[in-house]
Amino acid sequence: MCSLALFPPPLPSGQTTLCESNNELLSGTTTEDQLKQSLKLHSRTESSSKAAFLDHSETLWMRSCLYILSCALVVPKWLSMSSGCILALLQKVSSFHGSLFPHLTLSSEDMIAEFSQVLNWSDCVVRAFAWHPHTDKFAVALLDDSIKIYNPKSATTPTLKHRLQRSVAAVQWKPLCASALAVACQNCLLVWHVDPCSLSTRPSSGCAQVLSHPGHSPVTSIAWSPSGSLLVSASPMDTAMMVWDVASESCVPLQRVGGGGVSFLSWSPDGSHVLASTPSALFRVWETRMWTCERWPCVKGRCQSGCWSPDGSRLLFTVQGEMVIYALTFTDTPGVGLCGGPQAAAVVADLSETTFNTPDGDIIVGGEIQSLAWDSTGERLAVLLKGDPHAADRPAIIAVFKTRTSPIFELLPCGFVQGERGAEPRLMQFHPSFQHGALLTVCWSSGRITHVPFYFLSAGVPHCGLSGSPSLPRPQTVPADFANQSLFTELMS
Amino acid sequence: MCCVICWRAAASTAWAVLLLGPITAALVILGRFSLFHPIQTISECLSLLTSASAVFSLILLCGVILMIGFLNLEYYTVIPTIACSKIALLGQLLHPRQLVNSAVHCVMGIVVAWCCAITIGGRYETLGYTCPQSDGDSSSQMCLNEYHLILLLAGAFVGLSYSLLGVIHNMNYISFHTVQQYKYLRFKGALPLVVKCSATQALYSIRNFIVVYFFLGYIPKILCLYMNKQTIAGLLDLSLVYHLWISASFLLFTWHITLVLFRIFVTELYSFPVQSSFTEDAHQCLAKVLNEKQPMILKFLALQDLALLSQHSPSRRCQVFSLSQPGGHPHNWNAISKECLSMLTDLTQRLVAYHDTVATNGRAKSLSTGSERKTSSETSVTSGTEDLMSPRPTLLMKTPASVFARSVVGTPRTPLTAPFTPDLDSPFASPALRRLTAPVEQCSPWFGTVQSPHVKNFLAKRVLIMYLFNKLPEASSQALFADSQAHIWALEGLSYLVQASFSEDQFGVVQTALPSILSCMLVLQEAVDRHFKLPHASSKPVRSTGSMGDSTHKTLRFALRATLKTAIYRITTTFGDHLNAIQMSAEHRKRLQQFLEYKE
Repeated sequence: MCSLALFPPPLPSGQTTLCESNNELLSGTTTEDQLKQSLKLHSRTESSSKAAFLDHSETLWMRSCLYILSCALVVPKWLSMSSGCILALLQKVSSFHGSLFPHLTLSSEDMIAEFSQVLNWSDCVVRAFAWHPHTDKFAVALLDDSIKIYNPKSATTPTLKHRLQRSVAAVQWKPLCASALAVACQNCLLVWHVDPCSLSTRPSSGCAQVLSHPGHSPVTSIAWSPSGSLLVSASPMDTAMMVWDVASESCVPLQRVGGGGVSFLSWSPDGSHVLASTPSALFRVWETRMWTCERWPCVKGRCQSGCWSPDGSRLLFTVQGEMVIYALTFTDTPGVGLCGGPQAAAVVADLSETTFNTPDGDIIVGGEIQSLAWDSTGERLAVLLKGDPHAADRPAIIAVFKTRTSPIFELLPCGFVQGERGAEPRLMQFHPSFQHGALLTVCWSSGRITHVPFYFLSAGVPHCGLSGSPSLPRPQTVPADFANQSLFTELMS
Repeated sequence: MCCVICWRAAASTAWAVLLLGPITAALVILGRFSLFHPIQTISECLSLLTSASAVFSLILLCGVILMIGFLNLEYYTVIPTIACSKIALLGQLLHPRQLVNSAVHCVMGIVVAWCCAITIGGRYETLGYTCPQSDGDSSSQMCLNEYHLILLLAGAFVGLSYSLLGVIHNMNYISFHTVQQYKYLRFKGALPLVVKCSATQALYSIRNFIVVYFFLGYIPKILCLYMNKQTIAGLLDLSLVYHLWISASFLLFTWHITLVLFRIFVTELYSFPVQSSFTEDAHQCLAKVLNEKQPMILKFLALQDLALLSQHSPSRRCQVFSLSQPGGHPHNWNAISKECLSMLTDLTQRLVAYHDTVATNGRAKSLSTGSERKTSSETSVTSGTEDLMSPRPTLLMKTPASVFARSVVGTPRTPLTAPFTPDLDSPFASPALRRLTAPVEQCSPWFGTVQSPHVKNFLAKRVLIMYLFNKLPEASSQALFADSQAHIWALEGLSYLVQASFSEDQFGVVQTALPSILSCMLVLQEAVDRHFKLPHASSKPVRSTGSMGDSTHKTLRFALRATLKTAIYRITTTFGDHLNAIQMSAEHRKRLQQFLEYKE
C-alpha cells in the first residue's frame, strides 16, 4: 500500500517537470531563454559587518552580576558571595530549563531555520512565499529581508522594507482583503497595508502595523483566520499562542503548559480548527469557537508540518524522525465540541526510502518530510522530502499525490516534480484559486520560482462546456499506467 | 430579560466573595511576615485566622465586596463616555453621580483599611492607646495612634483615587472580546494582569498619599486634642510604607477582582432563541431584543449572539431564513436585517453630519447642545447616566459636556438650538454676555476650536481656560465611534448571513434585501473613508499598558473600518459576478467593481 515504489521513476537530470495534463506529468528540457529573472541578485545579505562585533550571549542582568563579581574588591564580601550564589542558581535553572527544551538554547536565527517550513531556511534565497487568497498576486520574502509583491496586472513591483523586518520566517495575505500582508519577523509581527492601486514601489514603513508582545519572539509561524478577522502567531520561545485583533492591535494570549513553545500553525480552511505544533513531541488542535484545545502526544518527534483538507474535516501531518504521513479525521458536530474527535491518527502514506534505477544511476527517494501542501480543491497533495544534502543520489524532491476526500479518503500516486539540474526545491505552495485544477509554485535553491500547473477537472466543482484538460501542444508517450494503483484508501484500513 | 444581567452580576460578586478568603489569608501572611521568625509568623497567623476579630473583619470585607459589586452593576456602561476636553473630564469628575461614587469608595476604603489594621495587628491595631505623660505624671492618658490613623487615611485616599482613576481610564466601560473563551480560562488569563496592576497602582497611590500627608498631615493634629507629639519624620519608616503598600494592594486587588469577574460574567455569550413556539416567550426572541433600546447591554448581547450564530450555527441560521407558518413572511430575517441596516444608516448619518461640521468650521454650535437627547437616545446613548439626570433638567446647564458628548456628535441639526445661533452672531452682544447666555455652549467638546473666531480670541487671553477647553486630539473621533462595537457585530452578522444565504436560503428571503444591504455598506464605506482623511482620525492612540481600564474603545474605529471592508469582500467573493444582476446606482456599481477586482 504505502510505498514510493508505485510512483513513476524520477526524470533523468536535465529534464524538468512542466505540468500535469491528461492524468500524467509532462516534462521537458529547460532552455536558457525561459529564464526570466533570477532572485539570486537579492541574496546578498546586509549583515556582513556582524563579524566586527563581539557576540554577547549573556543578558544584561547576568552581565551586571558578573560586573559586580569582578568588582569584588570594592563591594563587601557578603554581597559578592550572595550575588555569586544567585548567579549560579540562575544558570542552574536556565540550564535545567534548556535541558528540558533543547531548542531554547538556540539563537533566534537558528531557531527559525529549525522550525521553518522552508528547507535550509538560512541559506535560502526565498525565505517565504505567499499567494494572495483571491487574486493572482504573490509576495516573496528574500534573503536581504525585503519583500517583493508581484502582480501580473500591475507594472509596479512594490518592495517592502522596514527597520524591524528581519529574518522573515513566514508571510501570509489576509483573506477577504486586498491589501493586508502579515509578516513574521525576528522580533515582532508586521502587517503591511499595500494599496493595490498605488504606483509607489517603496511603500513607507508607515504602511506597516507593528504587533509585538514581550517574550513573543522570534515569530516562526502565522495564520490568518479564513474569515479574515483574526491572526494567530507562534513563537518557539513562548508557550502562549497569540490571537491578534489586528485592527485594534490587541492580543489574547492562549497559554498552555507543556511543549516549551509553539512552532507551527495551520488554520483549517473552514475556520473551525487550528493546528499548533510545539517543539517537543506534542501538538495541539484548537477549536476556534471557545478556544479549547486537545493534546496529541507523538511517539517519536515533534510535528513538523501539517495541512487541512478544504472542508476542514481531515488533518494530514508528519512527525520529525518518521517517514510517514498521518491523518486525523474530525467529525464536526456543533455543540459537542471536540468529543467527536478521533482517538488515534492513521498512517495514510509511507514515504520510506526507495531506490529508482535511472539512466544516470540509482536515485534514492524518500525519507523525512519537510512540508506538506494540499490544494484548495483537495485533489493534489504535494510532499517536500528532505533528502540528504551531502549525498548526490539522495536529492530533495517533491512527491505529488492525487487525493480524494469524499466519499472516502483516497491517496494515489501522481509523480515527482523536479527542477533543473542542481536545483533543489526549498519551498512550495499551491495557488489558492486556480481555475483549471491546481497550480503548485515551487521556490528552488537557485533562486528561481516556477509554477507547475496540474490540469484536471475537479470532482467537486461542476464544469460546463469544458471537456477534459486543456490540450497541450506536445503529445508525449504514455508511461506505464501507475496512476490507477491506489496507495491508500479508507476501505483498506 | 434584565434579570439575566442581575443574575450574572450576583454570580460574579458571589465568586469575588468566595475568593476573599484566600486573598485575606495571603494578606495575613504577607502583613505579619517576619524574616527572622518564620515559625512564629505561622503560629501567629493561625491563631489570628481563628480569632473573633478576624471573622468580624472578614464579614465586613464581604460587605464591602457586595457593595463594590453593586456599584459595578450600577455604574457599568457598554458605551464609553469620552471626554473631549479637559473641562469635560473635570465635569465628569465633579458630576453628582460621580461624587456619590467617590464618597462611597472613600468610605469603603476606610473600612478595608480598618480590616487591614486588625489583620496586620501590632502597632496598627487600635485607634487610641494609653501613653504616659511626659511631665512625670503617673496618671496615663489616651493618645491617638498615628499608625492606625495613617492606615485609615491611606485607605480613604486609595479608595478615592480608585474612583477618580476609574473615570479617567473608563474603568466602568465593559468591552466585549473578539475571542470567546470559557469564564475560568478568561479569569485565569486576566489574573497576572490584575496582580501587576494592583501592585503598581498601590505603589503610586501610596507615594501620592505620603506626599499629601506630609503637607496636610497637620490637620488631624489640630483637630485631635489628645494627639501625641509625634513627628512626621516617621513617614520614612520602611515597615510602615511596606504595610501601607500591602494593604493598598489588598484593597485594589479585591476590588479589581470583583470588577474583572463582573466583566467576564456580564459579557459572556448569551444565546437568544431565534423564534419561540409560545407567544409568552416572544419577548425573549433575538429579533425582539435587537429592536429594543433598553437596556443597552441586552442589545449588545443580542448583536453578539447574532454575529456568532450567523458564523457558526447552520441550524439557527436556518431559523432566521425560515418563513412564518401562516402567511409565509420572513419575519425573523426582516426584523434582524431592518435593525442592523438602521444602525448602519445611523452611523453613516452621524459621520456625514460630523464631516459637514468640521468642513464648515465654526458653525458647529447648532449641533452642540444637550437638549436633543430625544434623538440621541434613539441612536446610541442609553447609559444609566442620562436616565438619572433626565428628571432634573436644571442640571443641564452645569453638567459636564462629556455626558452629552455622544449625543452632541450624533445628532443632526434641529431647530431647538436656534435661539443660540443669532445671539452668538450678533455684533452687539458682548463676549461676557455671550458667555452668560450660552453656558451649555462652553461645555461643548468642540469648544475652542470650532467656535466663532472672536469668542475664541477673547478666551485666548486666558491660557488656563484655553488649556481646559482645548479639544483633545482624536477624542471627538473616538466619541463618534464610541458604540461601534454594535455596528461591527451588525456588519459581521449581516455579511455572514448573506454569505450563508448563497447556499442555505431556500426561499430567497435574503435576495430581496441584498441591494439595500450592499448600498448601505457602500455608503458607510464612503463615509468612513472620508472620516479617516480628517486630521487625527487615523492617528493611533497611545497604547496604555498596566492599567485595568479598557482601551478597546480607542481603537474601535479601526476595527470598524477593517470589519466593513471584510464584510463587503465577504459578499462580493461569495456572489461574484452574480452581483452584476443587482439593481444599483452607477456610482455604487463602480465602487463594487473595485471590490470585485480586489482593488480596495
